[in-house]
Formats: sequence, C-alpha cells, structure tokens
Amino acid sequence: MNDITISIQDKTYRSKHAEDRQHQVIADLQLGVGRNEFVCLLGPSGCGKTTLLNMIAGLDSHYQGKIQIGSLATTARIGYVFQNPRLLPWYTVRQNIEVVFEQTPPAALIDSLLADMQLSDVQQVYPERLSLGMQRRVAIIRAFAINPDILLMDEPFVSLDAPSARQVRNLLYSLWQQRPHTVLFVSHDLREAIALADRLIFLSPPPMRIISDIPVHIPRELRNDEAQIEAFREHLLNQHPAINGLL
Amino acid sequence: MLTDTFKLNQSAITLLSLLALLGIWQLAAGLVHSQTLPYPLQVAQVFWQATQSGELPYHLGVTLLRLLVSFSIAMVLGCAIGVTLGNNKTVDAFFDHWLVIFLNIPALVTIILCYVWFGLAESAAILAVVINKLPNVIVTIREGTRALDKDLLEMAECYRFDRKKTLVHVIWPQLHPFVMAATRSGLALIWKIILVVELLGRSNGMGYQLHLFFQLFDVASLLAYTFAFVAVIQLIEWLLLRPLDRKALRWRR
Repeated sequence: MNDITISIQDKTYRSKHAEDRQHQVIADLQLGVGRNEFVCLLGPSGCGKTTLLNMIAGLDSHYQGKIQIGSLATTARIGYVFQNPRLLPWYTVRQNIEVVFEQTPPAALIDSLLADMQLSDVQQVYPERLSLGMQRRVAIIRAFAINPDILLMDEPFVSLDAPSARQVRNLLYSLWQQRPHTVLFVSHDLREAIALADRLIFLSPPPMRIISDIPVHIPRELRNDEAQIEAFREHLLNQHPAINGLL
Repeated sequence: MLTDTFKLNQSAITLLSLLALLGIWQLAAGLVHSQTLPYPLQVAQVFWQATQSGELPYHLGVTLLRLLVSFSIAMVLGCAIGVTLGNNKTVDAFFDHWLVIFLNIPALVTIILCYVWFGLAESAAILAVVINKLPNVIVTIREGTRALDKDLLEMAECYRFDRKKTLVHVIWPQLHPFVMAATRSGLALIWKIILVVELLGRSNGMGYQLHLFFQLFDVASLLAYTFAFVAVIQLIEWLLLRPLDRKALRWRR
C-alpha cells in the first residue's frame, strides 16, 4: 500500500512578464512511496526537486495531476525541513519548536529531542546567534516533534562540514528508527543517500522524470560501514553510467 | 566598567549641551533686551503660573486627547488598508494613484476643506488630522507587508498555522518595526498639523492658545507652552516608544 501516490501530468512555471517564456518543470511523473519507507530523491540542481516537495507539502497547487497522501489527505501531518532552516528569529530555540503545536507542547519529548541533538544548552537562545548547523538541527527537531505522518527533507545537511553532517545524519537516522514514518529526502550526495535510504530515485534535468528507481539492500546495521557504502556506490555507477552525469 | 563610564560621559554631554543652549538664550536675551525675547527665568515663571492656574494643563490635555483619538483612528485604518494593499497587487495598482494624490495635498487644504464641508466641529477637526496622517501610515505598512518573509509564511502554512496564529507569531513581529516607524513619523506629523487645526477652527487646545499669544505678542507664554509641548513629546518617546522598541528587538544580534 502506498502512503504517497504522485501522478503529475504537468507543472509549468509561467513568467509573468512575457507570455512566451514558459518553463516546464515536471512532465508526466509517476511515483509511489510506501508507508514508513525512506526514499531519497537525487538529481541535478534546478531539476525541480524542491518544487516537487512543495507540491507534496501543499504549498504549491498550480499543477495538473494528483498527489494523494495516505487515505485521509487532509489530516496527514507533514514535517518539512526546508533547505534553509526557516526559524522564527524573534523566538528562542525552544519557542520555535513549541510554536508548531496546536495544543500544549509535549515538554518531555522536546527535552529529549533537544538532548539528542545536543541543543539543550542553547534552548533559550535566539536562532540568529547560533551557527547554521545548529539552526538546521533545530529545524529537524521541529519537523520531528510533531510526530509527522510524512517527513519531507530538502538537503538538510548541505553547507555543513563533513563531521557535523555525519553527526546530524546519524542522529536523524536513530530518530527515524525509534519512530518510523515515511520520509522523502532530497540530496546531492550519493553516499549520504545510500547510507540513509531504502530506495534511491534518480531524476532527470527538467522536464523532470524518473531515470532509475533503485532499492538499497544493504542491511540497516551495516549502514555505518564506509566500505559497504562505497562498494554499493561503485557497483551502482558501473551498472548505471547515466547517473554519473547527473550528480 | 567601560560601558558605565561611557554612559556617564553621555549624560554629562547631554547636560552640558542643554546648559549651553540655555546660556546662549540668556546671553541673546541680555543683548536684545526686549519684550519679544524674554529671559529663561521669565519663561519659567510664566510656565509655573500657567500650570498652577490650570490653564496650561487644560489646553495641553485637550490637544493630547485630540492627538490620541486621531492618531488611533489613523493607525488602525492605515494598518488595515496598508496590509490589504501590500497583499493584493490589483487593488494596490488601483488605489496607488489615490494615495499619491492624497500624499501631495497640502495639510492646510485638507483642514480648510474639512471645516468648510463639515462645519467648525470637533469631528471635522479630527477628520482633517486623520486624512493628513492616513496616507503615510498606509505607505509605511504597505512596504512592511511587501517585505514579509515568504519562506516563513510557507513554513507557517506547512505546519498548519491558522490565520490568527500566523498573524500573531509570524506577521506581527515582522510588521512591528514598520508600525513603530509609522508611529514615530506619525506623532511628529500630527503634533504639527493639530495645532493648525486648532488655530483655524477650535476654541481650545494648544493651537488656539498660541494664536491668542500671537495676537497679544506674549512671547513668554508662547515659549512656556512650547516647552511643555516638547517635554510631553520626549516623555512619550522615553516612557512608551523606547521600551516598546527594546522589548521587540531583544532577539536581534
């Protein structure tokens, strides 16, 4: 059973100034994502990955086609980690997490998430005083804390240095294992994608379509093993030479 | 320690600067030696008498009340219209021309027209002030609305903030500096206009009194009232606007 069923015939950006300047982003894209599946979307920059996530999140409804989420599309909770952290600068770290709750925020859960992400000490600090990496971690907590049905992540580790990226990635991964839910993860980094995902979806430059859809069969307990990841990557690139040109 | 000395220096400079101004005044009054430029002490005496007789507080109070009413109406209306125009390009394109015309009508013209059309009444006076102030508020708030961060609005939409929650947590904190700017420039503008309004068509208030002193060539009273006026503006700035600024901006780096 699919958790997300995407069937888009056409998504075109129209320039407001000139009628003739149209830019087709997506043409005939079919994609199903299973419940609690961790799917990575990979493709060249500007291919429309962010647009697709925005459409799934319901932020962009100007397209022809249908996106169905779960069985009750209106009540699905969506956590979205944007490419930039998008924290409210006038609220502290903790307030930024608490503000997304409709009812009383679960203090214990927020405490433990802050501790997991090593942000307990700065929970009363305003975001602009924190490094970008810390702000990204806050944004990840915010998305996780609402216990979403679907988690959308748009290159959440970009512009982090390698050790921080690895650290946050491991934290994300352990959070996901504690509380599995459907994840759509956009990435540029093939190693990162292999380490995290159940399935890799390779996308073409616009108009976007799926080039290949590859399951990652490395057992979960071996995902921290660099050699395993590297071997899978080598194999993948040999089997599908077209991918190399995309990344 | 360092900041303490700095603060001390600053207040010393303020004191010195005000004393210098007073000194120049005293000197000039001595040189001119005429009723048209009274000594600081004379003005202080007039101020004290006018305050004790209740005359100055009464007229100042009347003017402050008019200020409060017209300012509140202009701010509420201006914020509502400004947000609407900032959010809707078509409506904005239509009303932009009106705005430009109203911005360029001299204050005096609006005042005279209001009195001619609606009579020498309190409501006409308030209306004249509101019409003068409103376009400024609209333009400032419209700018603020256009500058709203789309990323944060998307975040709010994605996390299912309802209208009220979005307004309180996302929009208001961003509009706040623009509202403060409109408040500051608005107070400065209204202070000046309201005196003319009173001078032309009211039988009380600061403007009316100043007109009276002009006819009597009573410069000492004129200056005494002016100082009361300046003092009230500074009090509003220190006791109301600055604390509001500080409270709202403590998150900034």
